[in-house]
Amino acid sequence: MLFRELAFSAGDGEIWQITGANGAGKTTLLRILVGLHGFFEGEVRWREPLAPSLLYLGHQPGVREELSARENLRYSQALSGQAGDPDAALDAVGLYGFEDVPAGRLSAGQKRRIALARLWLAPKPVWVLDEPFTAIDQDGVARLDARLRQAAAAGTLVLYTSHHRVGDDVRRLHLGDAGGTP
Amino acid sequence: MWKTIKRWYHQLGSPVYFYRFSSAVLPWLLPISLVVLAVGLAWGLAWAPVERYQGDSYRIIYIHVPASSGALMGYIAMGVAGLVALVWRMKMAEVMLKALAPFGAVLAAVSLVTGALWGKPTWGTYWQWDARMTSMLILLFLYLGIIALQSAIRDPRQAARAASLLAMVGVINVVIVKYSVEWLQTLHQGSTLKVIGESSIDDAMKWPLLISMLGLWLLYAANVLMRARTEVLNRERRAGWVRKLVNRP
Amino acid sequence: MSGVWWAALRRELTLIWRAPADMAQPLFFFVVVVSLFPLGLSPKPELLALVAPGAVWVAALLAVMLSLDGLFRRDQESGALDQMLTAPVLSVVPVSAKLLAHWLLTGLPLALMAPLLGYMMQLPVAVLGTLMVSVLLGTPTLTVVGAIGAALTVGLNRGGILLAVLVLPLYIPVLVFGAGVVRTAQDGLPTDGLLAVLGAILALALSLGPLAVALGLRISAGD
Repeated sequence: MLFRELAFSAGDGEIWQITGANGAGKTTLLRILVGLHGFFEGEVRWREPLAPSLLYLGHQPGVREELSARENLRYSQALSGQAGDPDAALDAVGLYGFEDVPAGRLSAGQKRRIALARLWLAPKPVWVLDEPFTAIDQDGVARLDARLRQAAAAGTLVLYTSHHRVGDDVRRLHLGDAGGTP
Repeated sequence: MWKTIKRWYHQLGSPVYFYRFSSAVLPWLLPISLVVLAVGLAWGLAWAPVERYQGDSYRIIYIHVPASSGALMGYIAMGVAGLVALVWRMKMAEVMLKALAPFGAVLAAVSLVTGALWGKPTWGTYWQWDARMTSMLILLFLYLGIIALQSAIRDPRQAARAASLLAMVGVINVVIVKYSVEWLQTLHQGSTLKVIGESSIDDAMKWPLLISMLGLWLLYAANVLMRARTEVLNRERRAGWVRKLVNRP
Repeated sequence: MSGVWWAALRRELTLIWRAPADMAQPLFFFVVVVSLFPLGLSPKPELLALVAPGAVWVAALLAVMLSLDGLFRRDQESGALDQMLTAPVLSVVPVSAKLLAHWLLTGLPLALMAPLLGYMMQLPVAVLGTLMVSVLLGTPTLTVVGAIGAALTVGLNRGGILLAVLVLPLYIPVLVFGAGVVRTAQDGLPTDGLLAVLGAILALALSLGPLAVALGLRISAGD
């Protein structure tokens, strides 16, 4: 068992940072929240059906190496129904000039940026991001940080796991002190 | 009536109630099943009349037929449990599905072995690709597939749900397999002997057969209950009622 | 909805197209396995013609099954599968596009290759058309049913053999009727009824299969 007696409620425009040691269950918690993980006791309630309003970036960026940056992003758009110009979004994450390069030839950080480019497309009301700052350089962290605050100011609920703290009024949820009971 | 069924469904769906219910039933079910099975087998093997054409070798039907029917029923029951587990997310159905597999697989194997032993004197060979034997072999494969899938997935709930889906697909497959191997026989007519016509069996042979069948089914049920109890305890090991049960002096 | 389906189909075809070796291997496997029969049994034409329907069909069966092992693996490892499962479209939409793409680039080539292998196995030329039609009708079922097994084993690292254990028993009816059609044609008997049975099995697989695959993927994700 990873965690027990966990209860929180989050609303529009808030930024929630979920922290915890490795293995504390951060990823599992996010997977429960977005409905990917169903084997838990308890209840997750969203105000309205989650799927149309959700932007979820998992632990793995969800980028296929055989496809170019643009093709990857276009397919994400088709699946999620997000409007917006993919090239502009890739430009915003610093991938200008890499649009047609197969993702397999990009670095880990660049692959993650392809996934993060979704944050610069038409916004969704709920963002659930698993370690979005991983493998991103300093400049990228600053941009992402700014983007999260900007989105929250516009009413988006942001839940993310990371040790990076976005702003001062971010709410913090810390999982397990001893790393959970086995 | 409907209300009673609904109440039963909810009660049996709860692990605590199931545990209590099975605790009450098992001490009776297990001995009764063994006695019934023993009576049926003894009657069939020792006292039932000798068959006119096959002599004593036919007596293996008292094991073969109950085992075959048990294996088939068990798989169908797994398909039903799988449906309930997937559609209503009922945990006890997952437990039942897991509990049904091992004994069912054993019965399928017993059916094949006894069928082969019976085949030697009647067909002159231990193995013939006759429709029933072939179907039973494939049923055994399906059982082994379920067991293999369950043992490959670490999380017990995920394993059970995966097996549920496989069992449902398997049940559909069983029907088509039966149809297909029967058709296959018509392609090579004359190779099989119809050993017994279902309707032509004598009463003195039929009763012991029915009794052994009942006994084996009851034994299967008892085995499923025992396995399900272990599984329930394992799954609910952190729940209060299990702790209380275990700590009781 | 249909926009998503087309986008998914394009993506899947592109993915397979960019890894041509993955596409060629099942076909190559098919040819190699069938060629083993004359070498292992005997090159005698009468004998080969007798076992040809079964040999070609068993090889096709194994080729499809082996090609399915990786069907969802890279999507799962890259996280693309989670993206699909959390998207606001029914998973069955992208899943069915994936199955179609897979069949177009593995099942269909197998069907087109089958007459050539049948000829090498000494099947009479008049039967080769029936052989192709039977493989054409049977392989989509193999793809869909096998994909259920692939979906259930996607997260497990011992995929291959387990997939075979799960899926091969489910392939038996297709094998029986598929090879049966060809033998019936060899005997000069009408095959319409048997082709209709293969078609009926296909219809059943197409109507329920993609749903089962989507459900299997959800289960493997942990739901």
